[in-house]
Amino acid sequence: MVSIYTLYVVNKSGGLIYSRDFTSVAKVDLNDALRLASIWHSMHAISSQLSPVPGCTGVELLEADTFTLHCFQTLTGTKFLLVVEPNTPYVPALLQRIYEVYSDYVLKNPFYEVEQVIKCELFDEHLELAVRRHNV
Amino acid sequence: MLCYNIYFYDRTGCIFYHEWLRPKPVKQGAGTLEDDQKQMFGLCWTLSNFCAALDPKGTDKPQLGAPRRIGQGCQFRSFTANNYKLHFLETPSGYKVVLNTSQDVGSLQETLAAVYDELLVARCIRSPLYKGPGQPIPNPEGFRGALSQLLRMRGVLPASQSA
Repeated sequence: MVSIYTLYVVNKSGGLIYSRDFTSVAKVDLNDALRLASIWHSMHAISSQLSPVPGCTGVELLEADTFTLHCFQTLTGTKFLLVVEPNTPYVPALLQRIYEVYSDYVLKNPFYEVEQVIKCELFDEHLELAVRRHNV
Repeated sequence: MLCYNIYFYDRTGCIFYHEWLRPKPVKQGAGTLEDDQKQMFGLCWTLSNFCAALDPKGTDKPQLGAPRRIGQGCQFRSFTANNYKLHFLETPSGYKVVLNTSQDVGSLQETLAAVYDELLVARCIRSPLYKGPGQPIPNPEGFRGALSQLLRMRGVLPASQSA
């Protein structure tokens, strides 16, 4: 079963710091991915401004014809975007798990500079593992 | 289940807006109603381009930023925020319907298609009093009543909410 397409990590100022495809998907080139990340960042802010109800913190789930996008925003403003097949179950739990992996293998890495591009082998490995475990 | 507000757009801008319930007034958001409608259009327009560019299954998807024809590529349907849900429908002729409801509502694509078909086409576009794109809907009061009635019949607008 293939259901998780892509993960993007966006920092608190709207820059793309990580992107990873888990299956072969239609190519989004790096420039487009960077622009999509910052577009998402601003649309996220506008959606909470336009909310008809007070206390909105932004989009969590976007549904389109061929995919669903789940967004998890941490308290510090980092956003994890997961592009999945429509009707994939337990995606919020997977995002929580990815956040844990990020905290453990990126933020605790002494060579990692916050808000910069993520290049951590251990993060790659554990991310792969978490997604594979979710797919079975 | 609650309905908050609805926007209708044609190619020139917002042609009809109605709110049943808006706990957060426009003043705390975009400022004026006109700006609110413009921003809502921008949000939906950008998100539909976003979806077309991100589409993981599109083989010949349009380049991000390049002009895109209506209905080309993957379509944006709805999004859910932590306290509301936005439903979006774009027709091939460029009319757009945006409906905000509470989160506990499923897919409303069929309902929005019915709103387009049974209301916009029947009461506005086909009406001899309608003067064309950019002009207000003829008989907005009747339109508003019919809209509330249709949504109530489809079980989207609860009976306890006033028209």
